[in-house]
Amino acid sequence: MLDIRDVSWSVPAARLLDRVTCSAPRGTLVGLLGPNGSGKTTLLRVVAGLIAPGSGTVTVAGDDVARLPRAAAARRMALLAQYAETDLDLTALDVVLLGRTPHRRSRWSDSDTDRAAAADALERVDMTGYAHRRWQTLSGGERQRVQLARALAQQPQLLLLDEPTNHLDIGHQLQLLHLVRRSGVTTLAALHDLNLAAMFCDLVVVLHHGRVVASGPPAGVLTPALLADVYAVDADVTVHDGRPVITYRAPAA
Amino acid sequence: MVAVVVVLAGGLVLSVAAAVTVGPADLSLSTVWLVITNHLGLTSADVPLLRDHIVWELRLPRVLGAALVGAGLAACGAVMQTVTRNPLADPYLLGVSSGASLGAVAVLVLGLGTGTAALTGGAFAGALAAFAVVVAAAGHRAVLRPTRVVLAGVAIAQLCSALASFVIIWAADPHATHSITFWLSGSLARADWAALGWATPLLAAVFAVILWHARALNTFAFGEEAAAALGVDVGRVRWLLLVTTALLTAVLVAISGAIGFVGLMLPHAARRFTGPDHRRLLPVVVLAGAIFLIWVDTAARTLFEPRELPVGVLTALLGVPAFVLLLRRRGGNA
Repeated sequence: MLDIRDVSWSVPAARLLDRVTCSAPRGTLVGLLGPNGSGKTTLLRVVAGLIAPGSGTVTVAGDDVARLPRAAAARRMALLAQYAETDLDLTALDVVLLGRTPHRRSRWSDSDTDRAAAADALERVDMTGYAHRRWQTLSGGERQRVQLARALAQQPQLLLLDEPTNHLDIGHQLQLLHLVRRSGVTTLAALHDLNLAAMFCDLVVVLHHGRVVASGPPAGVLTPALLADVYAVDADVTVHDGRPVITYRAPAA
Repeated sequence: MVAVVVVLAGGLVLSVAAAVTVGPADLSLSTVWLVITNHLGLTSADVPLLRDHIVWELRLPRVLGAALVGAGLAACGAVMQTVTRNPLADPYLLGVSSGASLGAVAVLVLGLGTGTAALTGGAFAGALAAFAVVVAAAGHRAVLRPTRVVLAGVAIAQLCSALASFVIIWAADPHATHSITFWLSGSLARADWAALGWATPLLAAVFAVILWHARALNTFAFGEEAAAALGVDVGRVRWLLLVTTALLTAVLVAISGAIGFVGLMLPHAARRFTGPDHRRLLPVVVLAGAIFLIWVDTAARTLFEPRELPVGVLTALLGVPAFVLLLRRRGGNA
């Protein structure tokens, strides 16, 4: 579904991505892990077509993202950012309908298809009753669910999540990732919390200094040695219900 | 929604006709109507020449000028606020009004002319030159970043004001001093058919461009990256809209000087009724801007007859209390 091959991207001072190769098979949730500054956000922006790779290719369902027109790319892929903020007095439904922008037929009216897609998207994130609630009155968790509904209303083949749970409490973190999984859309998600990644991801890719240092099912990748190497933390990994669970130790004085 | 636009459009036609009747010479609505239909060749009724002159040469161009300037400023303000994601943005943010006053003062002091055409031309040239300098200063590899554009606009505006003050003091020309007051506080006294003739098509063209991008403007709600991820070519849209609105503002400033408040506050006021969706906001704000400025200018020219208040003074005196009331009555976010 998503194939990233040999992607590099540099700014004058540094190489932020260095020959990154990884993929997300159809229907999987792939976690993109790595410390701050390891290149997760840059990789997501390249995949989303917001910046062109310096070299290498990204293909989604066989098409080179760099060659897709912008609107076509937005019908393939939807991006959910860490944090969405606006001063405007929008309703939840207004926000979800923004997701229909790349599908628009008319410049003026929202078609029945648009409205149906928006209602369906709200239902898929359990927010049906919230359509006419104002954005400014929603909690952080509700806002991210509305943004997820907006992304689903784009009817993408690929969801890109950039640390979408960063500002949420644990209950809302679990709920959001559960909803993403339940949507069934192939997903590449940058995540900070390794236990969440271990719980929800089919595969994880670990970036370090812009390079892929490990990839595969969480149980095989998230080992104490890797955590020490990449995150410089001392941790135990146990297995619970077939999924790795990480317990950290405080740094030695 | 369609009903609101129809009501506002009807209100605009009525406002034009009614505002023309107001003034030192008493005119009835039917006289005004007859003069207009006479000139459009629809009727050939007998109207005294003096009344015909007052309606057709004096009041009607001025009232239409007020409608045009109000509509244009309101539309430019709404777009600028969205594109720069700055609720304080107004059409003069990019140095256009200061450039216009500098241009007009330069025409006077350099002796290039004293007529309306020369001053308007000088103001227009000054406004465009100021905007060109802003773009050159803020642009980087043909990308206009909103923060840089705003900062460059503020800086260039300061420079133009300083230069205009310098020229005025240096030349010590009473015409120039009077002229800068006109450009800084705004007046519709110079609106005539010639100005309307070239500004109206431009307003229509710019408004068409803005409306065409109404949906793209909506996607800016959560920032540029979000807009780009929704398939909008953010760089192109921003460039196109900044340049076309600056061009229109330059024309409006050349006609009427810098009239404050309209471009800043009317979009906020209109959003309270329409919500932030540009497909609803833009038609409403344009009509509301036209009606608002017609009545404020009518008050400016008649309240203290025979003296005339600068319309920019009155837009603030009337508009700010109204806006504060609106802010307080409806809570929530602007």
